[in-house]
Formats: sequence, structure tokens, C-alpha cells
Amino acid sequence: MRIALLADIHSNLEALQACLAHARRESVERYVFLGDLLGYGADPVACLDLVAELVEQGAPAVLGNHDAACLEGDLQDMGHHARDAIYWTRKRLGPRERDFLAGLPLAVAEEDRLYVHASADRPEAWTYITGAKDAAAAFAATSARVVFIGHVHSSLVYFSTPGGTPRAFQPVAGVPIPLSDYRRWLIIVGSVGQPRDGNPAACYAVHDSVSGTFTHFRVPYDAHAAARKIRAAGLPERLAWRLTVGQ
Amino acid sequence: MQGEAENLGAQALAPGTEVGGYRIARAVHEGGMARLYAVAPLAGGPPVFPLLMKIPKLGFGSHPGCLVGFEVEQMILGRLKGPHVPRLVASGDQNGTPWLVMERIEGGRFVDAVARAPLDAAEVARLVGAVAAAAHDLHRQHTIHLDLKPENILFREDGTAVLVDFGIARHAELPDLVEEELHVPVGSGASIAPEQLQGRRSDPRSDLFALGVIAYQLATGRLPFGAPATGGAMRRRRYIDPLPPRALRPDLPGWLQEVILRCLEVHPEARYATAAQLAHDLAHPEQIPLTQRAERLHRAGPLVVARRWLRGLHEPIRTAATPSRHLSGAPHVMAAIDLDDRNDALAKAMRSTLRRARLAEPDLRITLLAVLQPLTFGEDAATEVAHSQQTAALVALRHWARPLGLPADKLRIHVAEGNDPAGALLEYAAAHHADRIVVGARGHSVLRRYLGSVSARVVAEAPCSVHVVRPNENNP
Repeated sequence: MRIALLADIHSNLEALQACLAHARRESVERYVFLGDLLGYGADPVACLDLVAELVEQGAPAVLGNHDAACLEGDLQDMGHHARDAIYWTRKRLGPRERDFLAGLPLAVAEEDRLYVHASADRPEAWTYITGAKDAAAAFAATSARVVFIGHVHSSLVYFSTPGGTPRAFQPVAGVPIPLSDYRRWLIIVGSVGQPRDGNPAACYAVHDSVSGTFTHFRVPYDAHAAARKIRAAGLPERLAWRLTVGQ
Repeated sequence: MQGEAENLGAQALAPGTEVGGYRIARAVHEGGMARLYAVAPLAGGPPVFPLLMKIPKLGFGSHPGCLVGFEVEQMILGRLKGPHVPRLVASGDQNGTPWLVMERIEGGRFVDAVARAPLDAAEVARLVGAVAAAAHDLHRQHTIHLDLKPENILFREDGTAVLVDFGIARHAELPDLVEEELHVPVGSGASIAPEQLQGRRSDPRSDLFALGVIAYQLATGRLPFGAPATGGAMRRRRYIDPLPPRALRPDLPGWLQEVILRCLEVHPEARYATAAQLAHDLAHPEQIPLTQRAERLHRAGPLVVARRWLRGLHEPIRTAATPSRHLSGAPHVMAAIDLDDRNDALAKAMRSTLRRARLAEPDLRITLLAVLQPLTFGEDAATEVAHSQQTAALVALRHWARPLGLPADKLRIHVAEGNDPAGALLEYAAAHHADRIVVGARGHSVLRRYLGSVSARVVAEAPCSVHVVRPNENNP
């Protein structure tokens, strides 16, 4: 089965639509949402509608820290731009949207895979995987062979080694990586709606569970349109600008 | 399945055993890490080509590298195409022991050639040239073998070299699963390159070092650095030269020693830029510019060794980041020159194109190629005239190249003969791994209308990119 993995959409409708269209061309049969559907962008409700429709058809979706923040909390540990966007988003969510978010689990296990937003190790702590040590902690916290996460906003693959310390690999867009059965894999999927690796193109990934491969794709979309909406909504200018440069 | 047959890799499998849809016909080879069997599929009739099954030796006391090497081979072989690698047919796993089935290569073994060494220069050039062509094909597919040695080279019936055993190979676009442990070098003691001893696994020129070891062995019957087993002993090759081949075999031509010692240079940038350039030189040894390498008869003395050792302490070996990045700066650019053409503007435009290429692609090689019409009159006289015509063409090509100011090593010239200039160009481009053909557009001559355009056919049929140069007549 071909499974599309979409992380960190962040209310960016243009990017989400472009990735979903690309995934259809890639013969994807199943969609997985790795959290942070909301925050930063100007289209929270339209994005939630698209995602909720796929979730209704059986697509797993997990909760991200921005999604949780849209429900409640004092947002003390967020940057001020992110916080502004959360307050703005909260005002736009109706009971239907809030119920949908409140129903999202922190993690979903499926066959030998685990889907979680930040780390398999205490998902609610929203830890960033920034090195081999964090990757090792994530492996230790689950028995899943392949763990798919988002949260970091740029793609990276960690694999377990006989020596114990996981090693990192920077995947090349469009090149399938065979996920050897003799190892465990922690796959950080880049962001759909707010890439931060200097490339403004949206990012998502496809896992082929039959051939055992993983491919991440970069999908160009109209980032300027998404940026204009952010400005029109009165959200911080930096949130608009960063979409156009991928930062 | 019987209980004791659970671990496929524990012991040799008997003929008739079935594994993953294949039946074992016979054992073919038992190496340190794996066993090889000739197999036939259980269903679907006989295969198009003979098949080989590889099963790692996994059992009590087996080397932990076995499984990793197997994983790497399965991953990389699945990505490689073309005549220089065995085709991967299937792979699977039985109770935790992996297996893979690939094409069985039956033409010949490189080790048989090594057993006949020392060989004459022409045969060394032919054999090493065939392996260099195979290595280049691999490098073009983002892959470095990193363990080229006679045991890992086979031949197809037509003499095409096939590289096998990708257990420590590196594919630049796939995760590197090979374990890096600094105290245990990953590679073969006889042929591992100095940069591999520093854990660098990204430079295609590491394979050129190994090709130099193979050429040395074929030419002299000896290994240039022996076959050390420890990292410390292997690292001596960074400071201590191999004995020049001509010290062992004074009858060897200077060009062969030049080629071998260039491959064995410690720093990758001092070696050939690509395996294609090496193969090209081995096909045309008369054009190899000889340096002091060709004349050397002794190793460097202790003072030089000490200086190298000191410098080595703080000077890392510079390596390329990926094969494709390196190859993109080292193309083989072939320029077709029409020596009868009096169009000065076109020649200028062609040279300016080549100059720009040299700036953008510092490790490039330019081959200037002219095609002569064969002579049709009396036999004996023709030979002599043809010879002088050839010489004149070579001189004219050198003269044409002079304004480019290319160092000897970046320029080769070639005069082909035939009634079909486009065909001759295309053949040369395919045989010598041209990455780009530069050809001049002809003007609107009457002749062209009758004969058709060489450039049009080259554009249509070339195995690589073609750059058609047309002088800008409005802006001379």
C-alpha cells in the first residue's frame, strides 16, 4: 500500500492542496497526518475540512503542539509570532473544529509503524529530535520498526545500527530509500505548510509498505498566494515572508 | 520445514534444497562471508540467463559484518543498471536469514588473468581499461565500489567487465549502512585507498586507487603495498611509495608506469579525474603525456617519507562530496573539428565554447577529433600517403588547439578515417564515454544540401549531450 505522510500543514491550504494532488498522481491509497494541522497560516478551517474528510474515510491523524495550543493553554513556551497566530486561529474555530482537534490521539500504531508528531518518547513533551541521542530515546520508547514524525520542519532519516547509536541520513527528494528489514527507522517528514530548509516548496513523503521504501517529495506551490492571505488576515509579516523563502 | 534447517546460512545447503521459490542446483563458491549457489526457479520455466543465489554465512561465531554487507549489497544492487553489474532478480528472507538471487556471470574470472601475471603492457591496458569502463558506469550511477580487487571482477562472454560484491559499496543517494569504526578500516588491505583509511567513503577516485593496485599486480605479478591486515600497516601507503613497476620489470613501457603510479597517488586530485579518462588513456597509450612518474626507478628516500609523515599529521586528504558532484566537474568533451573548413569565425566560436567549459569544469578532458576521407587509389602508395595525411591532420589539430592553452593532460587528439564522419564521431563518443560533443553548424552551402548535415545526425543519434556551435554573424 502507498501511504502519504503529511506533517506540519500549519493552515496552509495552497500547500496542502498541492501535496494532495501530487499524492494522487503518486497513486497514494492512504493518508496519514502527522500533526500541526493548524497555526501560522491563514486557512485553518479550510485545511481542517480537507483533513477531517480524509480522517472520516479512515486516515489516521495525530495531535501536534500547535493543534493542542489552539484548544487551550497559556502558550508561555511559544515564540510570539506563533502565539499571535494561535490566538488568531482560536477565534476562527467553531465547536465542530474544536471537537475534531480534541479527538486527535497523540500517537497511532499501525502494523509495524508508529505515527506521532514530535517523538515516540513522551509525545506530549513535544521534544525536537535534534540528534542521535533523541533518536535513540524515540526508538527505546516504542517497539514499532518504523516511526514517522514531523515537528522538525525538514526531512531527515535516522536508522538503528548494531553499535547502538542511530545514524542520520539526509534523503534526496524523489529518490526511494529501501527501509531494510534488519534495522529500525525514524523518519522525520518535512513540513507541508512551512518548510524551513531554504527551499519554499512544500514537502511530504510516501511510504510504500509493499516494496518497503520511503520517498520524500518537494512540491512547488503558490507560496505567494498563501503569504498574501497571511498579510490580509493581519498576521505577523514574518509568517508571510518565511513561506516565500522557505525559512 | 525441519527444525535443523532453520538457519539457511549455518552450513552449506544440499542440492535440491528449496529456498524462496528457487531450487539449489549446486554450490558454486564459499567465501568468508557468504555462500553462492547455482539455482533454478521452481516455477515459470527456465530463466533467460543463469541464476546465482547468495546466502550470508550466519551462525555461531560469524562476522557481524556479514549481515550489514548483505543489506548494503541488496540495497545498492537493486538500484544499479547496465552491463557492468549482475542483474538482481529477487531477494527475500527465510527465518531471519536473507538471500538474494542475481544473474550468474559465466564469461571468465579476473583472478585467472592475475594468475598469469606478469602480463605484457597491451594486455594490462586492455584488462584494466575494461574494469575502468565498468567503474565509470558505476560512478555515473552515484555509486562507488570501494572494494575493487581481482576476486570481485568477472567477465561476460564478450569481454565486458562485471563488478560484483557490493558489500561495502556506497550509493550517494542512499543511507550508508556500513559501520564506521576508525580502528577497523573497511576495505581490503591490498587495495584500500588512503582516504578510505580516514573513513572517507564518498570519492569515486578511491576506486581508481584500487585500479592502480590491480594494474600494478598484472604488470609485475606483485602487490604494490603487500596485503597488510592492520590499519596501522595499511596507513604506511600514505607515506611510503610503492616500488616503481619498471624497477621490477625494466621492459615495461614508460606510459604504463605513468598510468599506474598516477592511479596510486595518495591525494585523489593527483590521480585521474575519472575512470573514463583512465580507460581513454589505456586505449590510446601513445598520447599519454609522460612526467617524471614514467622514469622513476626508486622509492622516495627516508627524508621525503619523514616530510610526508609530518605533513600528513595536519593535512587531511581532500575528497569529493559525492560521485555526481565530482563527475560533473570532469566531463569528457569531444570537439569535432573540420580541418577543411576555412570558416575562421566558426573555429573562434568553437574555441570560446571550449574555454568556457574549462572554466566551469576544471577537471574536464577535451578530445579534438577530425575525420579523414579514406584514399581510394593504389595500395602501397595509399598506405604511405595515408600515413602522411594522418600526421598532417594530427599536426593541424594540435595547431588548432594551441590558442586554448590547455595543459597536456587535459587535451587529447584523434584522427579517425571513414566516409561517414557522423558515424565515426558517434562511435568514438560511445566508446570513450563522452559526456558532451561540441560540433560546428555548417553554413548554408550547396554541398550541405546534397550531403546532409553532420551536426544534425550527431544531434539525433549521440549517446550524450550535443552542443552545436554557430558563430554569431551579426556580432563578429
